[in-house]
Amino acid sequence: MLGMKLYMAQRLSALIMAPLVIGHVGVMIYAVQGGLSAAEILGRTQGSVAWTLFYGLFVVAVSIHGAIGLRVVLFETVKLRGGGLNAVTWVIFLGLMILGSRAVWAVTVP
Amino acid sequence: MIRPHRSHPLWFAFLLHRVSGALLALFLPAHFLVLATALTSPQALDGALAWTDNTLVKLAEFGLVFLLAVHALGGLRLLALEFLPWTSGQKTLAASAVALAVLVSGTFFLSAV
Repeated sequence: MLGMKLYMAQRLSALIMAPLVIGHVGVMIYAVQGGLSAAEILGRTQGSVAWTLFYGLFVVAVSIHGAIGLRVVLFETVKLRGGGLNAVTWVIFLGLMILGSRAVWAVTVP
Repeated sequence: MIRPHRSHPLWFAFLLHRVSGALLALFLPAHFLVLATALTSPQALDGALAWTDNTLVKLAEFGLVFLLAVHALGGLRLLALEFLPWTSGQKTLAASAVALAVLVSGTFFLSAV
């Protein structure tokens, strides 16, 4: 029943991200005014437990969602199957997790 | 030639959701790598942020925010379709389908025995 589990994981990760995306878009529209700078971004995020949890959860959810979403595209459009499909799904998931965690770490550690 | 089902507005909604999702997933590694330079080289992050002042980059960012918003809203539409309770009209239709199928197969069965 891998299909059903992936389906539910895709919906759950979407539900988790719904408020996170709204928050992210809101912050972008607010922060982009007058241009962005590293100091401005880090001033908001460094040492903030709330932003660490917000973006940490975001990275976990988007890694799951992106990996399953691309898996479906690879299955239906590229006709990838079996072990290759599973391997690519894992590579995408782990790649996004590693790069995303590094990014969250980089902007939140004091 | 465009196949008939592809001229349906909801097929376009499906395509938009799929293409926006794939493009966002492809953008994410670049997004993460730029943010991670805050740790290794803050000057590089400021350089990348200064690059985004470029009007063409601003236009590309407009496109990215559009992709994110349209994917999120299209996703909410899907979740609503799949998880919100059905209206009584839809339930009646679903029940009618079962009832009609029993009638059709019952007619077959009565003819067969």
